[in-house]
Amino acid sequence: MIKEELKHYLETNFPTAKVEETFDFPLLFLTKEELIPVLTKLKDAPETRFNFLFCETAIDRNPAFEMVYHLTSTYYRHDMMVKVILEDREKPEIESVYSLWEAADLYEDEIYDMFGIRFTNHPNLRRIMLTEDWVGYPLRKDYQDDRMISL
Amino acid sequence: MENQNTPTPSELKTEEFVVNIGPQHPATHGVLRIEATLDGEIVKDILPHLGYIHRGIEKMTESLGYKQSIFLTSRMDYLSAHINNHACSLAIEKAAQIEVPARAKAIRIIMDELQRLTSHELWWGSCAMDIGAVTPFFLAFRDRERILEIFEANTGNRLTMNYIVPGGVMNDVLPDFVPNLRALIKSIKDYRKEYDQLVTGNFIFQHRTQGIGILTKEQAISLGCTGPTARASGLSCDIRKLYPYDGYEKLDFEEVIDYGCDNWARYVVRMEEMKQSIHIIEQVLDNFPTGEYRTKLKGVLKLPAGEYYQRVETARGELGVYVISDGGAKPYRMKFRTPCYSNLGAVKPISVGLKIADLMANMATIDLVIPDMDR
Repeated sequence: MIKEELKHYLETNFPTAKVEETFDFPLLFLTKEELIPVLTKLKDAPETRFNFLFCETAIDRNPAFEMVYHLTSTYYRHDMMVKVILEDREKPEIESVYSLWEAADLYEDEIYDMFGIRFTNHPNLRRIMLTEDWVGYPLRKDYQDDRMISL
Repeated sequence: MENQNTPTPSELKTEEFVVNIGPQHPATHGVLRIEATLDGEIVKDILPHLGYIHRGIEKMTESLGYKQSIFLTSRMDYLSAHINNHACSLAIEKAAQIEVPARAKAIRIIMDELQRLTSHELWWGSCAMDIGAVTPFFLAFRDRERILEIFEANTGNRLTMNYIVPGGVMNDVLPDFVPNLRALIKSIKDYRKEYDQLVTGNFIFQHRTQGIGILTKEQAISLGCTGPTARASGLSCDIRKLYPYDGYEKLDFEEVIDYGCDNWARYVVRMEEMKQSIHIIEQVLDNFPTGEYRTKLKGVLKLPAGEYYQRVETARGELGVYVISDGGAKPYRMKFRTPCYSNLGAVKPISVGLKIADLMANMATIDLVIPDMDR
């Protein structure tokens, strides 16, 4: 499906969710609870078959977090974005998509390390780059480090 | 001396133990630590630990201008510096709607493909070395040097070029660029015969790679693998074909796909890709355009607010640059989806159950570059 068709498909099949358009991909906003059922549907439906998670990341829109999932299909080669907004800054938590794509294992380790977002049902959530006792989460906008040197 | 009976084979038990491979280990090609659980010589489990070369490039981009971010991307995958610069430049050009002159596009494609050649040549040498052959390493470096000399003459640098910038390329190429390159390509074609004689036809090398490290297509899709690693499992994922950029759509080349799924298939795919790269460079050289090499840009570049995603094919797979702009002179956030990070996930499923020497062969054919994972 091309971008407009895909946008129309999303609007008709998920009427409760907000659909937007970005420069490159159609964008679907979901809530935390909807995430896994909707992604499962997008992955398995014969019209979409989004079977490839090529990028998963987070954005700190202080105070809320946005989880971003970039999906593509190796059958039809159409792409889309899914966003989930996490309001709770103290304890951001979301269900892991590891059950759908194994690639999420490493992606989510990195997001946990850099943003402090916890993933439930993740097989081995750990700080993959920084040490376990590192204070703070560096990619948050309010991260402060006394050792940072400004050139 | 209570039990003096010799134990029967069923009573002989081996104990699992954990070995840290790296961070300073020649076979990891950088500072990657792999916590391997072994039973004798058999690999039972693998846990990679990253971060030994984590520089926080994504955080740094948030305090730099768009044009300055280009210089950080060279440091991610230092064997594909041109291609990384290209990806970042394309993302910025797409957002700011900058037109690139035809000559700049041609230079970019030539540099990209030369970079792919250097990267695959280095991989060829180090892959053979990981499997136990030392001579190819010296041959690979000898041939790679010729290409690096062209880089040095035209861009001023050998490893972190920072040559491809938004709007075109930093400087025009030298007047003798085209004849030099033609001579180089002729010699590369001769060298390639040596490669096949030395390694490809080698019985020991074939036995060490064929049927080892099976990565099925389903696994490759689920793990998010891209590049030669995925193409050797039969997954079509060449960004140059699927989402062409900067004139790749006008060129005649083939996407190399192999269905072998093993280390040998990954070796064959990369060797064939080198041929295709030479073919691409020859085509661009035949119609090398004249004219401007760069569009003049404003000193401080501002992108319209929004989100932009640009992907390119590096020597190792799909590099995605995800730029989130709030309309200011600095990116709100920049995410680099690097190929090695997701390809790293493939090491465990293909190595568990094999011997530790095969783990090295698997890591060699997946072609991991550590700074590309850590960023």
